[in-house]
Amino acid sequence: MEERIVRRLLGEKSVAIAGAGGLGSNCAALLARAGIGRLVIADFDVVSLSNLNRQFFFRDQVGMKKVEALKTNIFRIDPGVVVEAWETKLDPEKIASLFQDCDVVVEALDRADMKAMLIETAVKLWPGRPLVAASGLAGFGGNNRLRTRILGDLTLCGDGESEVSLEDPPLGPRVAAVAALQANRVLEVLLKVPATGRRRR
Amino acid sequence: MKIQLNRRSVEVEGDVLTVRLLLDRMNFSFPLIIVKVNGLLVPRDDYGKASVHEGDRVEVIHLMSGG
Repeated sequence: MEERIVRRLLGEKSVAIAGAGGLGSNCAALLARAGIGRLVIADFDVVSLSNLNRQFFFRDQVGMKKVEALKTNIFRIDPGVVVEAWETKLDPEKIASLFQDCDVVVEALDRADMKAMLIETAVKLWPGRPLVAASGLAGFGGNNRLRTRILGDLTLCGDGESEVSLEDPPLGPRVAAVAALQANRVLEVLLKVPATGRRRR
Repeated sequence: MKIQLNRRSVEVEGDVLTVRLLLDRMNFSFPLIIVKVNGLLVPRDDYGKASVHEGDRVEVIHLMSGG
């Protein structure tokens, strides 16, 4: 598919991004670069110095609301993207109202209980709508353990086993790799490409 | 009965089990998981009600913190 066609198709799409941390900020930047027309982003946090090892923010943005900083950074890539930035902690009611008219939902939250809440809420509210989640991105190395599991409308990106801890911190390369897997899967579902990595000759 | 658990064929005791019992028997003690039975997500609150039968496809996915 030619890039101008990719961009035309993606320009009509809306993607919801739950969380603007390591996964959400990097995924949003990639989706903006790809040409997604509208991004609806929700996060309650502010940028801190310790985020800069992996999140798509800059030193002079420390202290800013993440959604505001991310909106600024996306506009620096492409001012034509419609960005709806919501500074809020998501719960089922907010998910229902903010993400209602999105084509795909990206789960980019930090805590596992919040991930479970978002997945359960979105599946219940919008059966059949693609949901791209992430699980397992801590530490470094293990490139080939990162994978994409497709379970019907739910996709899970990551190694599925590593949990962030003091001994296994979230580091830029692996977090961004999982965010890129999520963005790549979003493109795949929106452009209706049959299966991951399949190549026709 | 025989079921497909995470794409592997496994034998579990009983003709029908609730999701909760299945998780206990298979030693899925990790608290944050997503369970799908025959492609449909089972909400956490329904683990005690939703049942698993012979031949069902069950996916149990661990959700790890980090994002």
